[in-house]
Amino acid sequence: METIRKRRKDIGFAFRQSVPVMLGYIFLGIAFGLLLQNAGYNVIWAFFASLFIYAGSMEFVLVTLLSTGAGLLYTAVMTFFINGRHIFYGLSFVEKFKKMGRVYPYMVFSLTDETYSVLCGTKVPEGLDEDRVFFWISLLDQSYWILGSVIGALAGSYITFDSTGIDFSMTALFIVIAVEQWQDSKSHVPAILGVVCGILWLLLLGPDEFLLPTLCTCVLALLLMRGRLMPDAEKERR
Amino acid sequence: MPISVGHSAAIIAVTALCTVLLRALPFLVFGGKKEVPRVVSDLGALLPSSIMAVLVVYCLRNIDFAAAGHFLPALLSCLLVAGLHVWKKNILLSIGLGTVCYMVLVQAVFV
Repeated sequence: METIRKRRKDIGFAFRQSVPVMLGYIFLGIAFGLLLQNAGYNVIWAFFASLFIYAGSMEFVLVTLLSTGAGLLYTAVMTFFINGRHIFYGLSFVEKFKKMGRVYPYMVFSLTDETYSVLCGTKVPEGLDEDRVFFWISLLDQSYWILGSVIGALAGSYITFDSTGIDFSMTALFIVIAVEQWQDSKSHVPAILGVVCGILWLLLLGPDEFLLPTLCTCVLALLLMRGRLMPDAEKERR
Repeated sequence: MPISVGHSAAIIAVTALCTVLLRALPFLVFGGKKEVPRVVSDLGALLPSSIMAVLVVYCLRNIDFAAAGHFLPALLSCLLVAGLHVWKKNILLSIGLGTVCYMVLVQAVFV
């Protein structure tokens, strides 16, 4: 009985953490399902695409790949290009995820931009099981996405509510996590670095190609400044 | 469906595999029994702040400053979200009000 009550608390906390993602994922999922439906793919395709791929922006590109009959090599190159940023997300969770046992592979699989952000911003209160909370956040996030794409494929064309601009909830989520990190961190250099690099590369390369160079520059710069940004770590080692 | 079922399924499979491979890469390299090297754990600690800032820039990448109606909705809503969050520290309130504000601005104010 005790454990069941505890687990419910874990799930409840995870649910509250995942609510910000719910709004955006369901509506973006609906948009994706509807697009896929219009391209000639029914709800079964929408379900499995969201189950196996689970990468928001990439799935919108997928619709184009499908409707233009893209080659597999081209598909692979596009995926590496668009989702390349995901390489960096795991770096913050290697130690954490590899101790999570059975769900380790799922945690790696489901590390989207939004789940990554929520996990970065989640401080699990004492008494709750952090591993379970993390797992439930990831699972709930993906269920919202799948639910959205299924609704979109089934009934997207009947939704008359004007949802223009609802995708701003994802921007808002990133801003909120950025604000919290700004307040929590001793050094603001990493955040400023991200903004400055992002804007510079955006001006240089334009909106379609700036993301990967930006992240690579950030990684290089952080590696160079590591000694100064992590003074405690340096001392510990000596 | 413009192409065959097999070709469609293959495109989905390739996309899925490449995405998983990218996400799994740091775990494949550093996820073994040995402890993660200091450089990597430091990077893992420092990167989230940079990445979150970059993601905000990424979300706003298509804004143009040609006319007020093209950038004001996003700019004002971003300021509202950040301001609300510094003030009230309530994630749902900040995201909810910010999104409603943005939707009203793009749908009704700056049409």
